[in-house]
Formats: sequence, structure tokens, C-alpha cells
Amino acid sequence: MNAPAAGRPGHAARPGSSRPGPSPAGSRVVPDESTRHTDGMNEVAASDASLRRFLHGLPGVDEAGATARAGMLATRSVKTDAKRQAIDLAISMIDLTTLEGQDTPGKVRALCAKARHPGFGAPPVAAVCVYPDLAGVAAQQLRGTPVKVASVATSFPSGRAALDVKLADVKSAVAAGADEVDMVIDRGAFLSGRYRAVYEEIAAVRIACGGAHLKVILETGELGPLDNVRRASWLAMLAGADFIKTSTGKVSPAATLPVTLVMLEAVRDWREATGRRIGVKAAGGIRTAKDAIRYIVLVHETAGEDWLDARYFRLGASSLLNDLLMQRDRMETGRYSGPDYVTVD
Amino acid sequence: MRFDYAPAPESRSVVSLRDSYGLFTGGEFVAGSSVFKTISPASEEVLAEVTHAGPEDVDRAVAAARHAYERTWSVMPGKERGKYLFRIARLIQERAREIAVLETLDNGKPIRESRDVDIPLAAAHFFYHAGWADKLSYAGFGPSPRPLGVAGQVIPWNFPLLMLAWKIAPALACGNTVVLKPAETTPLTALLFAEICQQADLPPGVVNVITGDGATGHALVAHPGIDKVAFTGSTEVGKEIARMCAVSGQRVTLELGGKAANIVFDDAPIDQAVEGIVNGIFFNQGHVCCAGSRLLVQESIADELMESLRRRMSRLRLGDPLDKNTDIGAVNSRAQLDKIRIFAESGVADGAERWSPACPLPDRGFWFPPTVFTGVSQAHRIAQEEIFGPVLSVLTFRTPDEAVAKANNTPYGLSAGVWTDKGSLILSVAQRLRAGVVWANTFNRFDPASPFGGYKESGYGREGGRHGLEAYLDVLGPSDVLGGQ
Repeated sequence: MNAPAAGRPGHAARPGSSRPGPSPAGSRVVPDESTRHTDGMNEVAASDASLRRFLHGLPGVDEAGATARAGMLATRSVKTDAKRQAIDLAISMIDLTTLEGQDTPGKVRALCAKARHPGFGAPPVAAVCVYPDLAGVAAQQLRGTPVKVASVATSFPSGRAALDVKLADVKSAVAAGADEVDMVIDRGAFLSGRYRAVYEEIAAVRIACGGAHLKVILETGELGPLDNVRRASWLAMLAGADFIKTSTGKVSPAATLPVTLVMLEAVRDWREATGRRIGVKAAGGIRTAKDAIRYIVLVHETAGEDWLDARYFRLGASSLLNDLLMQRDRMETGRYSGPDYVTVD
Repeated sequence: MRFDYAPAPESRSVVSLRDSYGLFTGGEFVAGSSVFKTISPASEEVLAEVTHAGPEDVDRAVAAARHAYERTWSVMPGKERGKYLFRIARLIQERAREIAVLETLDNGKPIRESRDVDIPLAAAHFFYHAGWADKLSYAGFGPSPRPLGVAGQVIPWNFPLLMLAWKIAPALACGNTVVLKPAETTPLTALLFAEICQQADLPPGVVNVITGDGATGHALVAHPGIDKVAFTGSTEVGKEIARMCAVSGQRVTLELGGKAANIVFDDAPIDQAVEGIVNGIFFNQGHVCCAGSRLLVQESIADELMESLRRRMSRLRLGDPLDKNTDIGAVNSRAQLDKIRIFAESGVADGAERWSPACPLPDRGFWFPPTVFTGVSQAHRIAQEEIFGPVLSVLTFRTPDEAVAKANNTPYGLSAGVWTDKGSLILSVAQRLRAGVVWANTFNRFDPASPFGGYKESGYGREGGRHGLEAYLDVLGPSDVLGGQ
């Protein structure tokens, strides 16, 4: 990473490279987990043109190759003790989610109860994820527990509103007690090459979050090729994301293994460059224990064990938890129970 | 968090090994003069006793093939031959798990590869050629191309069943009968294939499998009853066969060694290129004739790429080949292991820098860790000679011209890889590479429809695709075609 990268514009712009670039020449930026922002890469974000040069200079992603790699990792066989460990790890990484027009305080209270005590002796989940107007209900239910309150914001899921409306959305969620904010990026701006607009919006939300963690939803199902997934990942990290997240769950396709692979490579490379560890959240479409274990394998063999931690990897899901619980029960008892033996929420 | 996969071994119970195997001639297993043992390279355990075919056994097999050729197979309509081939293809699929486990036991390759690559591709070759059997008039070799007769086929140990499929499927589709000799160290799946031929009711003598060592192979190739020789293996043996066939006038195709260059340009998709490099040289422990054993990387990204490659290599899982999560299995034989060790030592002696990830090797069996040499120059032995093991030599280049010059600077010419996001560069480089197969942004991909074969000392003739049929047909000259016989 800190190799001489002559002749390669992407690497010239890449942090940590010894070429003239935005970072101190020849040395990695001093790792500092508390550094919030761009780790000495502000020049990259100076304009649409400089952002474009940087993002388009990143190494490309070959779709066929990335898909094949993800497919190969999906054949890993996780059995016995490893499966037990993976199931509990997956449960502890879940952002238990309800994002429906029909959500009520009652529904959120029920979900919070399940989040704290999933049953079958399973560990609590990582967080409960709700709309901002219900963040207060969740915060009240989860006070004093290790389970975090996550709230979507910024006119989720489309992100189509004026910036001040989005910031108000964020502030209301944080004021209601959200520990984590899941924002959506402006895909229209990204696709039309207005990278600076996307960057500024994320940075503004970052400030509006205050002490809350910021998860930036790329909505990869609307971004097209994996090259764009890599660029959007770097853009979000440059702008101050704590997490990069695949999807809202409202657009198909949502999380896929190849997309998550590319995002895991991005956070791995970001740490190489800056020393900062950024989390990844795969959300939407992950319904079975088998799916969840495939994501654990993907994390394990891409970003590595440092990311096998609910602080750095999350699964945004709703029905997944019950399948994990049924699998967990089967590992303990040797038989399958059934959907009537796990709670609906 | 510390996380590791628990052992996930594939069950051996799907395979029922016999204590000893005869020779498959004339549709049945017959005893031969002497026997030898075949072992599992991962544990050195004896798997079975196999018959060594002597000259009289070869005679008998060739006679059975001749008889079947004249009486049955060459006069059977292509449509009917195709049915048998389809049946064999389906039986391979049905018994895929059993064959995969047996292949892994006998060869040492990871079950993931035998299960996901070798056996499905072997079935695919039979399906593909089954389709050709009744369409040979449309293959571009004249209105009614004739088969050659009896083919003597000698195959290597690196992809035992797959190489069998590459040889037998086109031969049978074109109307030839075969006598096949599998490698000495990996005879078992060929013998299982013989059982499949019985199961498919293939007429006796169309496929004959004789086991043995180099002497058996020599007797087969030298046999006057053989019309066509097909060999996959070392260049050294290939040259000897070429000399023999030059004298006898037999038709011959050879698929020999390689020292492929995998060329990575500075605008390559790095993460996928690293996967391709790993797949290129560590797939099947590097026992691949078309392995990407020379990495040519553009100097401007060499350090960065090497860092990624080392990180990726540290994740390779070496061990029990039957474990479903194993990436690197056992080296096929002690002899091959010794050869790889000598090459690795020569690399160090020549001044290249050797690196392997921390990688504990099992106590029993034949193992070699994934190894990469940096600072290699064209003059080093490890840059010139085929190692046939998990050993990668890394060289750098500055311009596309230099990359092409270095890639072509080898007596071999089997395959090459090009990695760049720039389409025009792929096309211009591929055009100048003297290699039978050029992969762009991928490596070690095979398909029965795609012809495979080499330039220079990598052999001649093509296998697979329409081109591969030519090797098994008595191809007419243009004037004959125009004459319309």
C-alpha cells in the first residue's frame, strides 16, 4: 500500500502511497481511532474534479472475478463448534429491524424485548433499528441494556429531501436517543457525478449526529457496477462514515455477497491507508442462518478476524433472527423445533 | 474475534474400494502378469493393488479395441454413439460424489476442486462430445469424415478423470475405439470409469483401460495396432513419443509442459488479479500444465501487489484433502515432492528471495507449502523450467513490450494471463503472446467448447471444441472435399 506507485493516478491519489498525494509522503497516517474525519485527505474532497480523480483512480473491480470469489467462499463448510460460534456471532451482530409504515410503539416494544432476550439462551442482538419517530420508544425500552438504538434518517429510504430537512430528521433521531444513525446517500447526485454534493451531505450529517455512530447506506442496488460500490464506499469513508452499509432493504437487490465483498475490501484497504477501522453492515435479503454464516465467512476471509465483532460488522435483518434461533436450538438438542417455538417478534 | 472452521471432512463411505483391480479389456476386468500398489499421497496409506500391464496385456487390449472398432463402433450411426456418450455423462453426474472422493484419495487434490471442477468438467466433456457424434458432417472436415481407428492414449496424474474425459470423449464421438493408460500413481478413477462403461452397456472393447508404469505406456505407444497416439504429460516423454511416431507414421497429438506468464498491468483490478494469481499457481498444488507459474507484474505496482498476494496466501488452508475447506492438498508423489524441493533450493541458490506463509505441514504424506519467489530474473532456473508445484516466480516489467518479450521468452507456449481494465491492451497483448490459451482477467478456466493446446515445446494438436475433433478424424484434404466423394 505504501509502495511507490509511479504511473498510476489512482495510486498517486491513494492515501498512504509515497507519491505526492493528499497524505504525508511515504508514511502511513498515524492510526488514531478517535480521529473522526478524513485523516488528512481533505484535499481529495476539495472539488468534484478532485474527488472524481481520486475515486476513478481506485483499482477497478472485475465483476466476474468478484462474483466467483464470493461464490467460492459460499462453499465453505461451517460445522459443529464453528457453526455454534458463527450462529451466536451472527445473532450478536444483528440490527433487528422494523421499517414499516404500520410500525407502532407496541410493535417496537415487542421487538426491543426480543432484542434483549432472543430466547434459547442466545446473546442479545447488537441493535434495534427503527424509524426516527419511534427511536424514543426504543431508547426507553433499551435503556441500561447493551442493545443499541439505531434509527434510519435523512428521508429514508429514497433520500429525496432538502438537506435541512434531512439534518432535522437526523437531529430528531439523535435527540430521541438514537445511538446510531443509518443515513442514505443521494444516489442521484452520485450517479450524476456530483461527488462533492454526496460528500458534503455525509459530512453535514456526521456533524448533526454528534456522538452517535454514523452508518452510511450506499443502496448498492441502485448504484450499478461494483466499481461504483467501491467508489461510493471510499467516498463515504472520506466523508466520515463509521459504517458503510449496503442497502435500505427497500430496493432489490439488497445485500449480496459480491457487493459485501467489495465493501469489506474497501474497509480493509482504508485501514491499511489510515489506520482507522470502519464497519460494514449488510442489510436486506439475509433471511436464513446459512446466509448469515456465509457473511461471517466472507468477513473472516476478506477483512479478517478484526471485523468479526459487532462493533465492526452488522447484519440488518428481521426474520433472520428466528432462523438463527431455530438452528441454535437444533445444535443444542439435535432436532428442529419449528416456527411455533420461536416468537414472532 | 478468533474464528476457525471446524474439520468438515467429506465421508469416504461413498467409495467402495476393491482390494485389487484387473485390467479392463474387452468389456471385462481381467488379471494381468504382476501387480503394484497405489497409495494416498496425503497419508501414504495403500488404497488398492493394481495390475501392471505387460506387452502381452497391451496386445490383448489393442486387439479388443480393434475388434470393437471394426465390428461395432465405426459402423454404428453417430446418433447411436451419441446415446452411449450421453449415458456415460449422466452416470458421471450421478456418481459424481463417489468419483470426487476417490479422485481426492488417489491424487491428493482438495475435495473442493475434484467436486467443483474435475468431475463436473469431465461430465461436461462427455455431454459436449455426445452432441457432436451425429453432427460430424457439419464440423468443417468434409461431408463424412471418418474415424482413425484405435487410439492409444496416455494421460497424466494431475487431473486423472478429467484428462481421461478429454481423451476418450472426442475419440468415441468420432467413432474411434481407445486403449487408455492412466498414470501409475492415479489409476483408480479410470478403473471406476471402466465400471461406468459397463454400467452404460458400452459395447465391449470400445474403451479399454490398462494400468502400469512408463514401460506400459511405451508398449502402448509403440504398438503397431495403434492408429493414433494422444499423450498428455512431460515434454521429455512427449519428445520421445514424437520420435517414435515419426518413424511409425502414426497420427499423434501432444499436450506437454508449460511455464505460463500471468501478466498484471498497473491498471488491473487488483483484488481479482490476486485471486487469479492464487488460482493460477496454487490450484491443484500447481500440478497444472497451464499453471501461471511466472507472475509478470508491472514494476510500479509490484510492492503493493506483493503485499496483497502475501496477505491472501496467508489465508490459504493446507491440509486434509478430504476436508471441504481445504485449499491446498498433498503433492501427488514423493518423486514429485523431491523435484519441487530441488527447484525451490535452486531458486534460493540463484539468489531469489523465498517466502511462504506460516503453514504447518502434516507429518505423514507429501506436502509443500505455497511458495513465492521474488527478485527472480529470466536467467534463473525457476523462471525457465516447469516446476509443476505450488511455487510462483515473480518478475517485473516496465512496458507492455517488455511484458510480451518476457512472457514469450520460454521454450513453452501453453497458456498466459493478462490483467488490465483496458480492453485495447488486452487485445494487443493477447495477439502477440505465443500461447495456446490466453486468459483475460481470469485464469485456469476450462470449457469443453474451447480448444486447448500449446505452441512450441508445449505440444501440438488441440483438445476440445470443434478443433479438437480434428485429432480423431481422418481429415480430408481440400481437393477431396471439393470432389465430394
